[in-house]
Amino acid sequence: MEQENLVEIRNLYLNFYTYDGVVNALDGVELDIKKDEILGLVGETGCGKSVTSLATLAMVISPGMIQSGQIEFDLGKEKLDLLNIKERDRLKIRGKQVAMIFQEPRAALNPVYTVGDQIAEVYYHHRKEELTKAAISEAEKDVKNAKGFKRSIYKRELSLLEKMLKNPKSLTVRFASKIPILKRFQNRIKLVVRKDTVELLRLLRIPDPQRVIDMYPHELSSGMAQRVVIAIALTCNPTLLIADEPTTNLDVTVQMQILHLIKELKGKLGSSILYVTHDLGVVAELCERVAVMYAGNVVEVADVMAFFKNPLHPYSQALLESIPRPGQKFVSIPGTVPSLVNPPIGCRFYDRCRYALEKCPKVKPELVETEKGHMVACHLYHEG
Amino acid sequence: MKSKGRFSEFKKGMQPTIKELKFTLKKIRQSPLSLIGMSLVSFFIVIAVLAPVLAPPKMADPFLIPYGEEYVTIPEPPSQLHPFGTTTGKIDLYYGCIWGTIYAFRLGIIVIAAILLIGVTLGLIAGYYGGLIDEVIMRFTDIILAFPGLILVMALIVALSQAINPFTGQTWTKIDAAILGIMLVGWPGYTRLIRGEVLRVKTEDYIEASRASGSSDLRIMTKHILPNAIYPIIIVASLDLGTMVLFAAALSFLGLGAPPRYADWGQLINQAGNWVSYGLQYWWTFVFPGLFITLFCLGWNLLGDAFRDILDPLYRRK
Repeated sequence: MEQENLVEIRNLYLNFYTYDGVVNALDGVELDIKKDEILGLVGETGCGKSVTSLATLAMVISPGMIQSGQIEFDLGKEKLDLLNIKERDRLKIRGKQVAMIFQEPRAALNPVYTVGDQIAEVYYHHRKEELTKAAISEAEKDVKNAKGFKRSIYKRELSLLEKMLKNPKSLTVRFASKIPILKRFQNRIKLVVRKDTVELLRLLRIPDPQRVIDMYPHELSSGMAQRVVIAIALTCNPTLLIADEPTTNLDVTVQMQILHLIKELKGKLGSSILYVTHDLGVVAELCERVAVMYAGNVVEVADVMAFFKNPLHPYSQALLESIPRPGQKFVSIPGTVPSLVNPPIGCRFYDRCRYALEKCPKVKPELVETEKGHMVACHLYHEG
Repeated sequence: MKSKGRFSEFKKGMQPTIKELKFTLKKIRQSPLSLIGMSLVSFFIVIAVLAPVLAPPKMADPFLIPYGEEYVTIPEPPSQLHPFGTTTGKIDLYYGCIWGTIYAFRLGIIVIAAILLIGVTLGLIAGYYGGLIDEVIMRFTDIILAFPGLILVMALIVALSQAINPFTGQTWTKIDAAILGIMLVGWPGYTRLIRGEVLRVKTEDYIEASRASGSSDLRIMTKHILPNAIYPIIIVASLDLGTMVLFAAALSFLGLGAPPRYADWGQLINQAGNWVSYGLQYWWTFVFPGLFITLFCLGWNLLGDAFRDILDPLYRRK
């Protein structure tokens, strides 16, 4: 069954302005992420994997700048071009629609806040209305059951919460949330958040979530920290989860656990996952489709089975051959990645390619579908 | 029953905080210097709080030191009536030293608060946004840092004393001018310091992670960068609280701070200037105010060191 695209990246050009010159980090990247799939993005270090994944959030690390291109995001009701909307609207999409898991889990957590605080921050930011409603229903229950003085306190809390739901920026609410004793009406929301956070941590198979929620990042093992980072990403049930080498820094057993977790969560939440990695083993294990990047270009997109059976692009072939196997000589790809400061005009893989044709250094190959669902950017497969 | 349950829950929730607090207290107990610093500062706080009892004010403005009916030039030695003796014009040194403490705290706290506000805001903005904004702010701080601080403050005070104070509608009083002058000259160091810290913290992964989860610039700056960048600033601020008082005293000594008969240690030392040349004959005129200034600055310095040991996570666990 052909699935719809969730994200369509078209012609994305991104440059880094460094002292050495302009680095053409992304050179017309084309990538589709389908709904409800795990797409593996493979490539060697520095080929633009991470930059592409960040660009999917319309985020660029300084001194980079997106030159041109389109990143269309299907929100169900409407399609948004992330590069053409205001920053304020992007903030609503980041974390809510698209969430990210980072490579170094401990560095991705702020050392001065507890795990619970960091998860709660995302809750507050994106789901305030929902939380307020939950808190109101709790408060209504208390008003019904309580008597006398307590009842009047609960009533006051309720009225403040209702005001907050109606207009979170109203003066009374803002005033009340700054005054120490009046501030307590927010405790209900905090309790709701805490309950949800514990649930979430439990979903991620974190042992003893009641205790972990009050821990600081340095008290966690890296596997645990990665789960917390995943928890932060999952707070708002994102439609797209970007995982930027989430298991690279973990040891193999923990890596396995995290991979299983991701696979399982995907089944539960039904979101698409963009899995960035350089580990083809992980791709084979986890992904449904795979996209190969080389020096700022997507050179091949295929289903996982098709890719491992019949890789088309010479780079993909070389990549698969260079997986070390016992008893065999270690094979590597000859040559080095071209400098991206003044990249070759034609195919960027040309000088390392064993099948190089005459027009390879002159004309840049485009990504063309050769078989159904199998796209490749190489002159070998282009007619004429 | 229910309230008891809530309390135990609260107690349980506070446990990590209490644990940390206990550790902090242990750290303080272990270092005698920080204990001395703390006791000095608390000693001055007690003096400031009890000032109306220790030295009941006799004038409408309690900061004006009461003086004798007739003008007596020669200082009187410590006596029952004047425990610290008197200085030129029969000014009571005891009263001056006690109320000078309040003035020192007031000046130090106002100045440091303002400097923190200006310095931290500008430093955060400069470090976070970088580029042209950074360039403009930092070059401006460079300009201010290029002048010798004391000279610039003196120039500012002289200029301000000719200008109209928008709050009172009259020309600036000497004291207000001195406070404003020190504020305007003191902030660049803080801006530099926090900018450096922001540049370091800004590149951390968790900042990017926070942005990826939809935080706005303001939120990232205040919630994620500031708490990770503020420790050195707190330490420097606590060190500077003493230094600023010393600075103000220097201004008063030069005749640009508080007016004569005002309860300011620097002013008292200024009065004592005439009597230093007599050696120890009139020792009380400079020993008592000098002692107050020295101990006050020493207290804050030691406290600042203690803060560093306590707050800086790198030193904390050593």
